[in-house]
Amino acid sequence: MNSPINASTTQWTTLCQQSDLVPHSGVAALHNSEQIALFYLPGETDQIFAVSNYDPVAKANVIARSLMGDIEGRLMIASPLYKQRYDLQSGECLDAEELRLKRWEVRLREGVVEVGGTC
Amino acid sequence: MTTQRSIPHNNLKPNLIVIGNGMVGHHFLQQLVESGAAEQWQVTVFCEEPRPAYDRVHLSAWFNGSSADELAMGTPELYREWGISVRIGDKAVAIDRDQQQVTATRGEQLPYDRLVLATGSYPFVPPMPGHDRKHCLVYRTLDDLAQIRSAAEGASRGVVVGGGLLGLEAAKALHDLGLETHVVEFAPRLMAVQLDEDGGELLRRKISELGVQVHTGKATELIDDGEQHLHRMNFADGESLETDLILFSAGIRPQDELARTSGLEVGERGGIVIDSQCRTSDPNIYAIGECALWNGRIFGLVAPGYSMAKVAAAEINGEGAAFTGADMSTRLKLLGVDVGSIGDAQGHTPGALSYRYSDEAAQTYRRIVVSEDRKTLLGAVLVGDNSLYDTLLQYALNGIELPAQPESLILPQSDSTAPLLGPDALPAEAIICSCLNVSKGQICNAIDNGAMTVADVKEVTRAASGCGGCGALLKSVVDNELEKRGVEVCTDLCEHFAHTREELYHIVRIEGIRSFQELISKHGRGLGCEVCKPTVGSILASCWNELITKTEHIGLQDTNDTFMANMQKNGTYSVVPRVPGGEITPDKLIVIGQVAKKYNLYTKITGGQRVDLFGAQLHELPDIWQMLIDAGFETGHAYGKSLRTVKSCVGSTWCRFGVQDSAGMAVALENRYKGLRAPHKIKFAVSGCTRECAEAQSKDIGVIATENGWNLYVCGNGGMKPRHADLFATDLDDGSLVRYIDRILMFYIRTADRLQRTSVWMDNLEGGLNYLRDVVINDSLQLADELENQMQQVISTYQCEWKATLDDPEKLKRFRTFVNDDSNDPQIITIQQRSQPRPA
Repeated sequence: MNSPINASTTQWTTLCQQSDLVPHSGVAALHNSEQIALFYLPGETDQIFAVSNYDPVAKANVIARSLMGDIEGRLMIASPLYKQRYDLQSGECLDAEELRLKRWEVRLREGVVEVGGTC
Repeated sequence: MTTQRSIPHNNLKPNLIVIGNGMVGHHFLQQLVESGAAEQWQVTVFCEEPRPAYDRVHLSAWFNGSSADELAMGTPELYREWGISVRIGDKAVAIDRDQQQVTATRGEQLPYDRLVLATGSYPFVPPMPGHDRKHCLVYRTLDDLAQIRSAAEGASRGVVVGGGLLGLEAAKALHDLGLETHVVEFAPRLMAVQLDEDGGELLRRKISELGVQVHTGKATELIDDGEQHLHRMNFADGESLETDLILFSAGIRPQDELARTSGLEVGERGGIVIDSQCRTSDPNIYAIGECALWNGRIFGLVAPGYSMAKVAAAEINGEGAAFTGADMSTRLKLLGVDVGSIGDAQGHTPGALSYRYSDEAAQTYRRIVVSEDRKTLLGAVLVGDNSLYDTLLQYALNGIELPAQPESLILPQSDSTAPLLGPDALPAEAIICSCLNVSKGQICNAIDNGAMTVADVKEVTRAASGCGGCGALLKSVVDNELEKRGVEVCTDLCEHFAHTREELYHIVRIEGIRSFQELISKHGRGLGCEVCKPTVGSILASCWNELITKTEHIGLQDTNDTFMANMQKNGTYSVVPRVPGGEITPDKLIVIGQVAKKYNLYTKITGGQRVDLFGAQLHELPDIWQMLIDAGFETGHAYGKSLRTVKSCVGSTWCRFGVQDSAGMAVALENRYKGLRAPHKIKFAVSGCTRECAEAQSKDIGVIATENGWNLYVCGNGGMKPRHADLFATDLDDGSLVRYIDRILMFYIRTADRLQRTSVWMDNLEGGLNYLRDVVINDSLQLADELENQMQQVISTYQCEWKATLDDPEKLKRFRTFVNDDSNDPQIITIQQRSQPRPA
C-alpha cells in the first residue's frame, strides 16, 4: 500500500517524529520547500499517508487540516474549506475527477517518519 | 438612450378601488399581486380601522400577549412594495354608481373602473333594553379587545351573550383575563349550528369543568343595575344574573350599508347579492367575504371568503373563475376542548342515518351521519377528540365510499381493523389545507418539482400556514408520496451509521458512550466520515461536555473546532473572543487592539456585537490567546455549532424607553449557555423594550422586555432564508424565562437533525409551535426535569477550551504550521487595503 515502487533505489529522508503525528488526523511538514500533509491511521499496522498540502480548489495550503475517514471502504480526507474529498491512497478527488493530490512515498521507522520520492 | 426620467403614467391605468381591508380584503390584494394583475391597475384601498388588515381568527391571542404587530397581515410597507395605496383610517361613505365614484370620509371623490366591496360584517347586538349600557361590548376588532381589557380591570364577573363559535372564543378571552365567566345562550345548547344535542351537552359539561358557567335556553329581556355587580341581566324565565361586563357575540350581520344606500341588490335579511363570479347587481362592482350573499347564504368563515377573493381577483384579471360554495366544516379547540363539525352534522338530509359513540369516561363523543344507502358520509360531530377529523372530512368532501360497517370509523380501535383513511385513498382534488385551499394534487406537483420535505412543500404551496390544523395530514401525504416515487426517505446519518442523529443521541445518552470509537464499533461500521464525525463530536459534547480538544475527540472536528478558530479562504484563521451581551470595558477593548496590532490582524466588528480578528496563522493562535486570556477574555465559540452571542441593547439602565435591564439579562444568558454545543449554531438577543433594537425576533432565542417581565420568541433566524421568531410565552419572570430556554434548547439538541437550525426543526415538528409549547410549558412528555438537569450538567462542566489548551503543552503541539519547521507558510501574502491587511 505504501510500499515504494522500487525500494532499492528510493532515497529516504527523515521528515519528522512519529510523535508529531496526530492519530486519525493530519499535520503539515516542510520538505525541500514543498508542503506535505501527513495523515496517520493507527492500528495493528500503523498506516501513514503523504499528500500535497496544497488544496487545488481553495488555492491554499490547508489539506493537512482535512477531516479523515472512509467512503465505501476507501480511505479519504475531506478538505476543510470547500469539503472536496480525496482518496488517500491515490490522491484522486472523489468529487471532481480532474483533480488529484500529489503523493509521496512515506514510511515509519523506529519512531521516525521518512519520506521518499513522489509517486 | 435618454437620460431623462420619465414620470410613471399611473393615471393611464384603470382604477380599482377596494373598500375594506380585513382578512378577505387583504387576501384579495395578495391574489391580485400574485397574479400580476396589480400592475395593470391603479389600486386604492379604504381601510376604516386605524390599522391595516390583521388576523381576526386568532384575535384571542392578543390577550395572551401577541401584539397588534404580530397579528398584522398587511403593513404599510408591504402595500407600498405592492404599489397599492391604502387609506388607513379612511372610510368610504358613499358610492355614486352613475359617475363611478367613491366618496371618502372628508368628501374627496375617487373614480373607479372596478370596485370591490370587502366590508365584512358587524356583531349582532340583540336590541334588548340596556344593551348600550357601560361595559356592554362586542368582540370583533382589536379596538374592541382594548376596551374589553380596560373594562375587565376592576371587574370580577363577565358574561358572554351567545354560545356559538365566536361566543366561546370570547368566553375564553374573559376567562384568560381572570374573570368569573358565564355564557348565556338563547338556544337550548351550545354551538347550535355545528353540534347536535349530545355533542352540545358534552361540550357544556367540559367547559363547565374548566370554570366557565353555561346557561342555555335563556332569553335576556332587560339589562339594568345590579346590586353586587354593575349590571343585572333579567331573563324571560324570571331568573337573573349579575355581572360587571357583558360581551355580545350573538352572531354576525353583513356590513352592507354602502350597498344599500347605493342601490345594489341586497338580501331580505341583509347581504350583498352576488353571482358565482362574485359580481353584484352592478357588473362593475364585486362583493367578497362576510358582506356577500351567495345563493341566499352568508359565509361566516375565512376560508370561503378567501375563495371569493380568489375568484374576484381572477375575474378582474380577465380569467374565468367561479365560486361554487364552500364547505363549512370546522375544527377548533374551544377553551382547550376539541370540537369538530363536518357537513350535515345534525342529519337534516332526508333518509340520513346516524351512528353515535359516546365515552363518558374519556369524555368524548363522536357521531357520523351517513346517506340512506350507507355509502357516503354526510356529516359528523366530534367533541373531546378531533383525531378522526381529517379522515372523516376527507370521506365527506370527496365522497369516498364508506366501509361496509360505517360505525367502524368511530368505534375505538381494538386491533388492525384501523379504518383511518390512508393518504393514498384521497383523490388528487382532495383539499388538504382548507385555509389556503391546497389540494393533494398541488402537493404532489410540488414534490414532482423537487420538494423533498414537509418544510419544502409548505414553502411552495403554503399548505398548513393558515390555522395549521392540517399539519399531520400534510406530513402523511408528503411521506406517502415520496415513498410512492421511490424516494426512499433514508434517515440514516451516513453510510457509517444506520441511525438518525436523534437515535444516536439517545444511544450515546442511554449507553453512556463517551467516544466516537466506542460508538462506531458498537453501532456503526467503517472509520467514519466528514458527516458523522462532527455530528457525533457534537452529540458527545452536548451530552458529556468533555473538552473537544481531548485526544480521542480531535479527529472528529471540522478544522474550526479542531483549532478553535475560524479558517478563512487563505488558510489563516480568525479569532473571536467572547464579549457577553456585547458589553466590554475600555481596558479589554484596548487589549483587543494591542493583539491585533502585534499580530497584524485585520479587525472587524461582527453582527453579534463583538470583534473578529482575521489573518492569524496556526502557530500564532496560542500566543494570541495567551494575551487575550491574560486580559480576562474567554473563547467565543465562533467556530462551533454552539451558542454564539447574545446581542442586546443597553436597556433600562441607560435608555429612556427601556423597561428591563436587557444588557444584564443578555450577559447572564450568554454566560449560562456559553459552550453549549448543538446541531447548529444558536444565536440569542435581548431587547429592553418593544422598539426591539437588539433584533431579537430574528434569533433562535429572542427575549423582549415588557412592563411585567419578558416575552420569549423562538426559532427565528437571519441568513439565506430569514425567518421571524414566533412568540412562545409572555410576561415571564427571570426564572421561568431561563427554565423555558433550558428546556427548548435541550429538546432541540435531543431531537433535531444535524445542521438543522431551530426554525426548520420547529417546522418539521408535527404540531409545530403549539407542540413545542406543550412539551416545554405543559410538560406533555414529562421531560422538563430531565431536560433542565441535562442543561445544568453542561453548564456546571463549562470550561474555556482555549484556557484548558494553553495549560497543556501536549495539546499545544498541534498548533504548528509545520511540525518540522518554525517558519510561516510562505504562501500567505497580505496587502494593505483601507489601512488594514487583507489576503493578496
